[in-house]
Amino acid sequence: MHILVQVFQNAVQLLFSFDPELWSIVALTLRVTGFALFFAMLIGIPIGAGLGLMGRIPAAGCLLPLIYTGMGLPPVVVGLCVYLLLSNQGPLGDWGWLFTPSAMILAQTVIALPLVVGLTLTAVRATDPMLHLQLRSLGATRVQLAWTVLRETRLGVVAAIVAAFGSIISEVGAVMLVGGNIQGETRVLTTAIVLETRRGNFALALALGIILLGLAFVTNLVLYGLQRRD
Amino acid sequence: MFVLTLLLVFLAACGSSEPEVLRLATTTSTADSGLLEAILPEFEASHDARVDVVAVGTGQAIALGEAGDADVILVHARSREDAFLAAGHGTGRYDVMVNDFVIVGPADDPAGIQGMATTQEALTAVAAAEAIFASRGDDSGTHTKELQLWTAAGITPDPNSSWYKSLGQGMGDTLLFANETGAYTLTDRGTFLSMQANLPNLTIVVGGATIAENGDPALLNPYGVIPVNPDKGNINDELAQEFAEWLTSVDIQEKIGEYGREQFGQPLFYPDSEAWRNR
Repeated sequence: MHILVQVFQNAVQLLFSFDPELWSIVALTLRVTGFALFFAMLIGIPIGAGLGLMGRIPAAGCLLPLIYTGMGLPPVVVGLCVYLLLSNQGPLGDWGWLFTPSAMILAQTVIALPLVVGLTLTAVRATDPMLHLQLRSLGATRVQLAWTVLRETRLGVVAAIVAAFGSIISEVGAVMLVGGNIQGETRVLTTAIVLETRRGNFALALALGIILLGLAFVTNLVLYGLQRRD
Repeated sequence: MFVLTLLLVFLAACGSSEPEVLRLATTTSTADSGLLEAILPEFEASHDARVDVVAVGTGQAIALGEAGDADVILVHARSREDAFLAAGHGTGRYDVMVNDFVIVGPADDPAGIQGMATTQEALTAVAAAEAIFASRGDDSGTHTKELQLWTAAGITPDPNSSWYKSLGQGMGDTLLFANETGAYTLTDRGTFLSMQANLPNLTIVVGGATIAENGDPALLNPYGVIPVNPDKGNINDELAQEFAEWLTSVDIQEKIGEYGREQFGQPLFYPDSEAWRNR
């Protein structure tokens, strides 16, 4: 038991040592996850809202299970596919993206996208169909309609973003594969935790874990604030 | 009644054959090369035991031993093994086997080090050319060795420079990285040979085609087995000692020396226990 306490004490000490390398890891984590979340929202919210507003989704029996399966995509599988795409022998090898933050953003976007689409879709479908009818009769265009419904279902959309954020910031399989965990270039919090645990530096690994949790907490605090704001 | 008897017999059989468990913490190279899979079943059969292999970097293997989370460790980082013993974490260290390291790199050899006899020359040339070098960066035995070689060459590579990449990953991942990016890296010969089919862009540039042709003694890589000090509690000391004795016995040493001959045309490990040397 006392070992756990000791590890925890060391972790807290490390947190307050403000090591520049530690903060560069934190900055990269936020950059990669932030961009991935942004792209996933940019693509996913319109798709989710569009599908949700359709009276009958085309091929719903096939499309919806596909989206719901996508919501549980194993990150390592996504990582593997992105790796094969970007590898020298892969179709996009010429981009030179493998082992760069761009590859990590691409992989995390793919992981986050089905979550954003699926949860937005569910939230939009849960709104009152009478509202859609009312808005249409008031002469709203499709875009105006979607925008109003999305505002109405803000709670559900924020839940979609929170779920996507949580799944990608804590994800290690894909970023390890496509990023390579290169010190000073592609090392993020989760890959650093794996590395330090393997090295037997449990205190440092735990400190990184505490920072990761802290980041997630602060971000969710902000998102929760958005949800409540009128 | 018959069914009940059968059930009792079955349960009794289960109870009596419950094998003892030996927790072996070792490095990825011994597990990834397939050596342990090839030899351990014999130990398990002859000692009515089950060996749980935890294959991690040498750093973590040693940490597992220190914490008493393993009964015996099989690692390759001599200086750290000695420190482990000096701190009283183990009951003794026994030579097991030797393999060697090689430097692999892209076939076009941008630093021009192909065929250099010593790593000292080769690493100096790599640093001068600022050719990409992939480091394990994970405190493993291979990483420890790599750092010693840089020190011997009088160079301290900066992990934040553009050419020295500190990955913090296993040997396989690091080799794949080097294959993709045209980097040099230090690897144990066994892992390289076993993965060579998937590494079309890499060739051995320093270290020769076999261990016998390796001209740099600094590249030799001895493995040691250390039973963990039973004072830590919950250590299966008896079985750990038996394991160390078994691993260094002439019979098993011979098997270690045969392993890989068929598949790769050369052994991946060379037996080197005291019993083997005195046979």
